[in-house]
Amino acid sequence: MTAAAPTQGGTPEGQRVERSAGDRASQLGWPVVAFVVATLAVIPIGFLAVSVLDPNVEVWRQQWRTRLPDQLVDTAVLLIGVSAGSLLLGGGLAWLISAYRFPGSRLFGWLLIAPLAMPSYVLGFVTLSVIGFTGPIQNWWRDTFGQDAWFPEVRSMGGAIVVFTLVLYPYVFLLARAALADQAGGAYEVARSLGAGPFEAARRVLFPLLRPALAAGVAVVMMETLTDFATVQYFGVDTVSVGVFRIWRGTFDRDAASEFATLVLVVALMIIGLERVLRGRARFGEAGGAAAGVGPRRLRGAKAAAAFTTCAVVLLASFGAPTAQLTFWAVEEATGDRGTPLVDRFTEFLQNSLILASLTAVVCVVLALVLTNGPRFSRGRGIGIASRMTAIGYAVPGPVVAIGVVLALVALDDVLEGIGLGLPGVVATGSLVGLVYAYSVRFLAPGLNAIEAGLEQVPEEVTASARSLGSRPSSIVGRIHVPLARTSVLTGAVLVAVDALKELPIALLLRPIGFNTLPVWTYNLATESRFEQAALPALAIIVVALIPVGLLSLQLSRHAEAT
Amino acid sequence: MTSRRFLLGFAALAALALGACSSGGDEDTIRIYTGRHYDLEEAFTQFAEETGISIEFLEGSDAELRERIAAEGEDTEADIYMTVDAGNLAQAAEQGLFLELDSPILEEAVPEALRDPGNQWFALSARARTIVYSPERLSPDEVPTTYEELASPEWEGRVCLRNSSNAYTQSLVASLIGSRGYDGALEIVEGWADNAEILSNDVIALNSIRDGLCDVAITNHYYLARELEEDDTYPVALQWADQDGNGTHVNISGAGITRFADDPELAQQLLEWLATDGQSAFVDGNHEYPVNPDVAPETLIATTFGETFVADSTNAAEWGRLNADAVRLLDEADYE
Amino acid sequence: MSDAAPLEVTGLVKTYDDVVAVDGVDLVLRDDEVLALVGPSGCGKSTLLRTIAGLVAADSGTIRLSGQLVEDGSVRLPPERRPAGLVFQEHALFPHLCVRDNVGFGVRDVPKREVADRVAEMLELVSLGSYGDRYPHELSGGERQRVALARALAPAPSLMLFDEPFASLDHNLRVQLRQDVVAALKATATPAVFVTHDQREALAIADRIAVMRRGRIEQLDTPAAVFHRPVDAFVGAFMGEATFLPIETSPSPHTVLGPVDLDGRAPTGATAMVRPDDVSFAVAADGEAEVVAAEYHGSGWLLTARAGGAPPIAVFTSHLAAPPVGARGHLGLVVGHRQVVVADTTEP
Repeated sequence: MTAAAPTQGGTPEGQRVERSAGDRASQLGWPVVAFVVATLAVIPIGFLAVSVLDPNVEVWRQQWRTRLPDQLVDTAVLLIGVSAGSLLLGGGLAWLISAYRFPGSRLFGWLLIAPLAMPSYVLGFVTLSVIGFTGPIQNWWRDTFGQDAWFPEVRSMGGAIVVFTLVLYPYVFLLARAALADQAGGAYEVARSLGAGPFEAARRVLFPLLRPALAAGVAVVMMETLTDFATVQYFGVDTVSVGVFRIWRGTFDRDAASEFATLVLVVALMIIGLERVLRGRARFGEAGGAAAGVGPRRLRGAKAAAAFTTCAVVLLASFGAPTAQLTFWAVEEATGDRGTPLVDRFTEFLQNSLILASLTAVVCVVLALVLTNGPRFSRGRGIGIASRMTAIGYAVPGPVVAIGVVLALVALDDVLEGIGLGLPGVVATGSLVGLVYAYSVRFLAPGLNAIEAGLEQVPEEVTASARSLGSRPSSIVGRIHVPLARTSVLTGAVLVAVDALKELPIALLLRPIGFNTLPVWTYNLATESRFEQAALPALAIIVVALIPVGLLSLQLSRHAEAT
Repeated sequence: MTSRRFLLGFAALAALALGACSSGGDEDTIRIYTGRHYDLEEAFTQFAEETGISIEFLEGSDAELRERIAAEGEDTEADIYMTVDAGNLAQAAEQGLFLELDSPILEEAVPEALRDPGNQWFALSARARTIVYSPERLSPDEVPTTYEELASPEWEGRVCLRNSSNAYTQSLVASLIGSRGYDGALEIVEGWADNAEILSNDVIALNSIRDGLCDVAITNHYYLARELEEDDTYPVALQWADQDGNGTHVNISGAGITRFADDPELAQQLLEWLATDGQSAFVDGNHEYPVNPDVAPETLIATTFGETFVADSTNAAEWGRLNADAVRLLDEADYE
Repeated sequence: MSDAAPLEVTGLVKTYDDVVAVDGVDLVLRDDEVLALVGPSGCGKSTLLRTIAGLVAADSGTIRLSGQLVEDGSVRLPPERRPAGLVFQEHALFPHLCVRDNVGFGVRDVPKREVADRVAEMLELVSLGSYGDRYPHELSGGERQRVALARALAPAPSLMLFDEPFASLDHNLRVQLRQDVVAALKATATPAVFVTHDQREALAIADRIAVMRRGRIEQLDTPAAVFHRPVDAFVGAFMGEATFLPIETSPSPHTVLGPVDLDGRAPTGATAMVRPDDVSFAVAADGEAEVVAAEYHGSGWLLTARAGGAPPIAVFTSHLAAPPVGARGHLGLVVGHRQVVVADTTEP
């Protein structure tokens, strides 16, 4: 080792002791950790993706001849519809809340992200139960206007698009609002002062500046829609993800199902690519730039009423009404003679859900911090590529991740046993470790994206200053980066936690015996079509998920006041 | 500092996590991976009270649990694998996940058509997938009596069926392939696809008859029983299908003992109990039919639907193996 | 003080893809010295500074700080292990910390009491004694830069590095601040390297100036030498307004302004450089030169005069006697000034 020789003679008191080996380690540390994390994230999917190397031509041919073309069309239509809906709702509401003051506008700013707490499968079954053909609304309609009175088909592509839009628009809303609070809003004002009309200013200034935020939000929305396979089935929409499960569960051909899962992955990669293109070279935030948000205008009279009504209707449709319906069912069941099965174990399910969501959020935030900070402390593009790779789990449906994790962990077990480090029993699968691993693989991406966006706001010079003042990278992350990007770190943690609280298929497959979560409880009842009995656990998921969502809301409004 | 507090919190969570997964190891415990969800608690509690053997179970979906057992191999905790369809049982047998059982009790209790020919698994409850209709809109002589009938043009726009992703749809079609051959079954399913409104679950199908969207549907019998239990004026009636032909298709909930079971004898004791003394506790709550001919079905279905009916006598293992073909057939028929 | 130089750079090379940013630089800093690194944008001065700080890895070459090897082919100390303070154009204060915590950030391994003393001392040094509780957003641009300086000085670095520290400030503030900064450096006996693109600033604050071009140091000398005795036309032109005149060799070396002392050196293509204040313009109706442009500079006029076939010559004259455009007169050298022979460097 070529250790640097400290020179003799007194240097000023600022000189520090030479520790060359440690320096080496810290230099190596970031890329190694990033590489390990990326590998751990890719392996489970890799286990399945290898099946593509030896494709089952027969199945592909058969699918191409029968369902696949329609599935591709349905997938595309669904994605486009939900994206357009989320843009309109998320972007429009963000503008309404940021640019105007009207009765309740501040409160709506808080409440409009509440649908994040609503699992799409819950809104799906409530919607079908209430306004589907056999629901009370349509029955009343037919009683009033006759048996053949026209009513929009709820169980349809349109219904699916509306339901996904209502639960997913908050992702766009959140990011668009943050962007409006920063430069975009101010630039719009400047454009108006330069004589541009509202539409021209929106088209030429506002939209281009909002584009990165809108693109990022829509990408999340598309991923969530693409990897769903439960909600779409309520609405009879046959996507590629549904196809994967039909093949897997129906023909027991896991390899063929994996091959079709890579098709989902390809679509996901296209979405990521699209997002990169749309984001373009735009940078979030500029050092020293005084970011004046948009100055809100006060609305009066009919305009104020219209704005209020718009917000109220969206909130009611996406959150208020379904929650009320679930509460109604839950009370009915609780007071009925049947009761909700397993209600006595409620606290246990709640505790399990909380443990799982917290652990996943903590693990994902720590990993995201390591991956996003890596490039600041280490040269080379490796880390950037590695952190891109970790998004792969978000691009495939949950059960695919889960079975991949099972295979990976079993392989790991075998390797460990092979070298005499055999773990007792099933540490690998069916343990909380495996479960958190799978959750983290699946949900690292949303956390990573949020934290990356936050870190981009911290100028490189701030990091360099801290280093030149003698701080080690880990201490800089803790003392400078996390405090400065705390809103983003919290956002990342909340997005991961909320997704983890709602996640079902991974828990279903990977959890240890006796470890049931709120969504598993809901599933056990819903899968037997006991929807009314499932109301209480579904309500519990929503209430619990509202906690982190509320935290986020609080932090965001504090953040808005501080700037 | 904040980072220290953060680490403390994390350590606490990690401790909780380890605590949560340190179960198991108990000798007198049977562990079950089950795709069946309803009424397990009741039956298992009763078994535990009678024998002192406790039961732990993991609920999930059939296919994924089978994959998990296969992947875990020797390390699996599952002594028993229980499903709500024959397809996954047949597949598990094919993958060599089950032990062959030598149990006169089970062989006596479970009819031959409802168990694996190699005695690797046994049906424990029977769920008839049959025709339901609106007695208000159909006169007795109009009620269809066979699956084929629903494929004829006169039923266009009047039938509600469940989607092709559903295991019940698949097993019904598999049994049709078994009894009518692939082409015969394809013709029926194509007729269905032309006629039917495809729905995502049986309860909606029943309510659709109630509300006039369709006049007839195919559902599992117990969904109707549940509705009738809540409201005895519920305007949907049941018709046993194919009584003069192959008989009504019965899909099963069944179980086998995994090759990796810690104590197969203990597990076998449970299966034997479930097929005999435990039958009622296992099937009654969900209004299913017992597989054991010596056990009477619960009152509601016995009085409303009848004590017995002609069930399709094709061996469950056969149409279990035909499940993959059924899925392909549904694809070919363009059945949503 | 150590007997080793506070900074010693040898053979330093840094390439980005195909572009050579630093191309074999050697540099030794003397004790207590303030060195200015100047050059046009893209000359590699910032890269050199960042390499010294450890923010950028060198391809080859060595860097020693107070004799301690901090960078060579196999050893590279991260920035936090280098006893060098750093100040950026964008002050890069930690926005979530008050002034006191910013300044105290790099002072570690000493009791709290001493940290507080040190912070107070540093704030006094930059004349911000009462600002400890404020936050960066409550400060003016100049105040922020003072805090950044105090923060960098607080851990008593053996070397200070400044990257365009005053570039974002307005002129008057800049002059005041740079005087204060140099005073603070001298008061703490801290040697420093400044990167600046403003040659006036370099002349004003530096003990020595290194002029960089295309990754190399063209000249390293005192401000006076760099200004008045540039090694080549590039340095001469970069450091200030200059006119380059062709040298006629017969009968004896001369330019339109008169004889040139070749001083034994007569490189081919060499020219004679004069600064505007070296040249005089005496109005005369029959003069060989004519004023073609005049620019008012407050303290005087900058004239552009043409004489025969020679290039236009810049002349600085008193504001008291400003000939109008079109006026004719005689050009000459101001007493005590002379024309300097410089190598031509239009080609690398």
